[in-house]
Order: sequence, then structure tokens, then C-alpha cells
Amino acid sequence: MLQIRIHGRGGQGVVTAAEMLSLAAFEQGRHAQAFPSFGSERTGAPVVAFCRIDDQEIRLREPIMAPDVLIVQDPTLLHQVDVFQGLKPDGYVLINTRRSFDELGLADISQRFRHERLVTVPATDIALRLLGRPLPNAVLLGGFAALSGLITLEAVEHAIRHKFKGKVAEANVAGAHEAYAYVQNEIKELAHA
Amino acid sequence: MLKQVEGSAAVAEAVALARPEVICAYPISPQTHIVEGLGERVKDGSLDNCEFINVESEFAAMSVAIGSSAAGARTYTATASQGLLFMAEAVYNASGLGLPIVMTVANRAIGAPINIWNDHSDSMSQRDCGWLQLFAETNQEALDLHIQAFKIAEELSMPVMVCMDGFILTHAYERVDMPTQEQVDAFLPPYEPRQVLDVNEPVSIGAMVGPEAFMEVRYLAHAKQTMALERIPEIAAEFKERFGRDSGGLVRTYRCEDADTVVIALGSVLGTIKDAVDEMRTGGEKIGVLGIQSFRPFPLDAVRNALQNAKRVVVVEKSFSVGMGGVVATDVRMALSGLHMHSYCVVAGLGGRAITQASLVRTFAQAIAGTLPLLSFMDLDWRIVNRQLEREATIRRSGPIAENLLRDVGSVASKVA
Repeated sequence: MLQIRIHGRGGQGVVTAAEMLSLAAFEQGRHAQAFPSFGSERTGAPVVAFCRIDDQEIRLREPIMAPDVLIVQDPTLLHQVDVFQGLKPDGYVLINTRRSFDELGLADISQRFRHERLVTVPATDIALRLLGRPLPNAVLLGGFAALSGLITLEAVEHAIRHKFKGKVAEANVAGAHEAYAYVQNEIKELAHA
Repeated sequence: MLKQVEGSAAVAEAVALARPEVICAYPISPQTHIVEGLGERVKDGSLDNCEFINVESEFAAMSVAIGSSAAGARTYTATASQGLLFMAEAVYNASGLGLPIVMTVANRAIGAPINIWNDHSDSMSQRDCGWLQLFAETNQEALDLHIQAFKIAEELSMPVMVCMDGFILTHAYERVDMPTQEQVDAFLPPYEPRQVLDVNEPVSIGAMVGPEAFMEVRYLAHAKQTMALERIPEIAAEFKERFGRDSGGLVRTYRCEDADTVVIALGSVLGTIKDAVDEMRTGGEKIGVLGIQSFRPFPLDAVRNALQNAKRVVVVEKSFSVGMGGVVATDVRMALSGLHMHSYCVVAGLGGRAITQASLVRTFAQAIAGTLPLLSFMDLDWRIVNRQLEREATIRRSGPIAENLLRDVGSVASKVA
């Protein structure tokens, strides 16, 4: 079973991101369960959402305490929430930022985990340019597809079009494509580093 | 058709497939998405021959439901938590009058302290109100139970509550198999009321009944619930024949055949319990699970039969009768009358406290080792409990309990889960 935890702030579409991930996994014929952390979500407050993906029915209903994948939609959370809590040693991390892990002061994280699985992508910049709004959730899922190879970009596209319509859907799909290419390139560089 | 949808959306679609004629509701979290989904269908015309009535309170919601059901309309509403409490007087009236209303309770805690998260306190507060209470383990079962609930309610002329865990199910996206309109129409015939307000054949409904017949009216309600003990499994069997899956019924066992230890629970926590049981089975423990789908009527015989060969039973429940202990455990002990075994009550998950597989495994191991207290509170933070007790013992004006405990806990924003 693959367990994904998404951290962000109220208003960034954290819950929607988990739901889209589950839709993408379902599109690929897999079982998936997405659920929010059920806090009193308010704009700007830390929000967590979860997604489990498996090839059989998912019965477990506990929060994800030992994720295989972390998606951080807002880098300012790094100073407020222990987002890396419970991350598996071979886990994947995707952070929405222009900066690198080292520049974020996360050099120790790079040491502790597999560095080729730790990537950053400027998803808010991409969203602002293509969508006109700072909503990085769908864009990041494109980055996740490239980072993990666990869902396809095509399935992400399908999930985005399921949740959004018209121009908003197309801008998000374009953003997901851009993040996909960005992360692919980053992984190549990390492999040579 | 297989779909990946939110639990509330799945229930809204299932209720729409049951062709309700009146839906009256007042929004309260975590039920809101269900009636919003139904309201949209009425507005866009996809659910026709149905009136959606916005009411001013939950008390009004159930009162309107009583009126419309008495007028012969298939009637649905949904609520949770304080909303259920606010409608309580009318809830009793609906069952006392024998009106087959179907209501979703998206289970949530009751305040004070105010808490929007999941537990079973709300439906348990209405345990004795005369409604049937069915509990869903998954979103698939939640949607299936709604289709079955209209049939059970209308056959018996009794109201049915479908209880599904708030947030944990209502807000979870997972795979469901959505039946077609034709399938549901073939399973659920149009509503034929036993009693109806009809200008052509006038009757009054709701007479005052004195000591001469009140007990008999009450007994007849019990007799109907006893009949439901037979009809619920029959309807579940018919459902399985038509739709191809096990949903509903009275109880469901999992790995109980040779089990020394049987864990009993209601609702979505059964999934996590099954994973915990698989883990312990791998370790060689003979342990199984008994899920109760029908809490009212309570299936005393089915529970007793499932426990015949067990050495101990552990009831894990999200409800708590203050000053006594578990609500479900008390009923289970009634079923165990004359059987010699240890029965443990584990109160867990109140107010949304996460119930984890690790804590369940640890608790079951303690039960097997004989070290678990007869009544225990899973993952209780004794540190803050004892600090408050100490405060109350030493200071007269010790202050409000909830606020004191929140100060002792400190910031929760930094916690992941």
C-alpha cells in the first residue's frame, strides 16, 4: 500500500489534491482512499489530507502516520509543522518552492533520506502564470507523477478534468505538464549529482 | 457502475435512486454534503417528483418529515450531533406514530465541549427512541443501506436511521459500485402507506392514548422491531441476489471460526480492526471480529451465536454512558447471559481521537493476557487528566475544565495526526 500525506494551508486545495490523487489512482484501476484531517479548516491554517493507494480494498481508517510520500504545498509550514514526521526511509518528498532542499535549510533531511527522491518545484509560480491564482495543488500532482512514477501524467490529467471544468481545468493540466517536465529534469540532475 | 466519489455524494445519489418525494433538511456538519447533493438534483430536475424543503431548524426538519410521511410521501432527512438532539422530541413522535421516514445520521460527537469530529454519541443518545438504527462499515455499505432502509421502513411502517461515521466516511473518497435506477426500482416498489392523511378517507393520526392502551402501543413498536430481526436479513439477502454484494443484515463475522477472542464494533472502525486482527492472526493469535450492522433492533441471538465458542469478547465502541461505561458493551453482556467468558469494554475514538491499528493490537493483546481493565479508554492522555484532578483537589476556583486541558495540551497546530 502506498500512503501519501499532503500538507498545506487552508485555501490551497489540500483536500482537493488528495481527492484528485485518489481519482487518478482509480483511473488506473487501483483502489484509493482520500480523506482530510478533519480539523477546523480556516484560510491560512495548517491543513493535512491523506491518500492511500493499493491493489486491494483499503480497510484501514487511521491517519497516515508513516507516509511513503510527502507533498508540501507551502514551504512556510516547514517552520511550524513537523511535516517529515514518520516519513519512511525510502520515501518521496515534493515541496512547492523555488528553492532547493539545501537553500531551505533541509540539508539534514537530504542526509537522512534518499536524496534523489527529494525534489522541489515552483508550483505556485507556475499556477500564477498559467491559472492566474496561487493554487499549486493540481500542478504539484504533475510533479508527483514525475517524481514517483506511481501514477501517470495522463491519470493526473483525467483527475484534474474530473474536478475542474473549462479554462481552469486546461490551465491546471498545462501546469501539471510543466511541473512534470520540471521534476523529470531535476531528477536527472540529482542522478548525476 | 464503479465510481470514485465522496461518501456523502454516494449517499446522495443512492437516496435519489430511491425516489424520495419529500426531503426536508437543515444543514449541519458532517451531513451537509448529502442534502446539498440532493438539493442540486431537485433543482436541476434530475430528481423529479420531489420537493426539497429548507426548514428553520432540525426540529422543523423532523416535524415536516412527520407531516409529509403521514400524507403518504416517501420522506428523507439527514442530521448529526446537536442537530439530532434538537429534533429529539419529533424523533420520538415519528417512531411513536409508525411513520417510515429514513434519516441519515452522519455520526458526530455531542458537546459541551463543542466538537465537530466523529463518534457515536449522537445516535446512541436516540438508542431508545424506537427507530431502527443501521450502521455502515464503508461508503459502499452506507449507500446500499439507504436503499435497503426505505424498503425495511415501509414494510414495517417504522422509521430507520442509517448511521455512518461523520468525516471518516462522509468526507472520504473511495470506490463504490453505484446501482442503476432500473435495479433500484426493481428492488424498491413505490411507497404504499399503512396509514395516510387522505381527504377521501379521513382519519386522525396522533391520538392521545391513556393508561388503557399506551403500553400496548409501545409493545407493538417492540414487536415490529422484533419482526425487523427477521426482515433485515431477508432484505439483505434479496439485496445480495440483485446487486451481488453483502451489505447490511444483522451482524457480520470475520475470521471468527476458531477464534478465542472476538472483537465487536459498529461502523467504519471495523476496517481498521480487521487489519489489526490480520496482523495478530499472522502472529498466531486466534482472534476474529463481529461487526454489528443492526444496533436497533439489537440482534441478541445472532450476537450470542457468534460468541458461543469464544473465551473472551472485546467491545470497541465510540460511545460512552458517563457513570456506567460502554453503551454497546451493556447490550452485548445481555446477549452473553449464561455464557461464561470475559467481556471487556474499550471506549475509543471519542470526539475524533484517531483509532490506530497499533493501539488496537496493543489493547487486544492486553485482553488476551488478562491485563486489560473491564472498562478502559484507549489512548487516554492520563497526564492531562491527572493534572486537572490535582488542580481540582488543591484549588477551589480551579476554572473551566476544557480550557484548562487545552492549555495543558499546548499548541496542536504542529501535530500531524
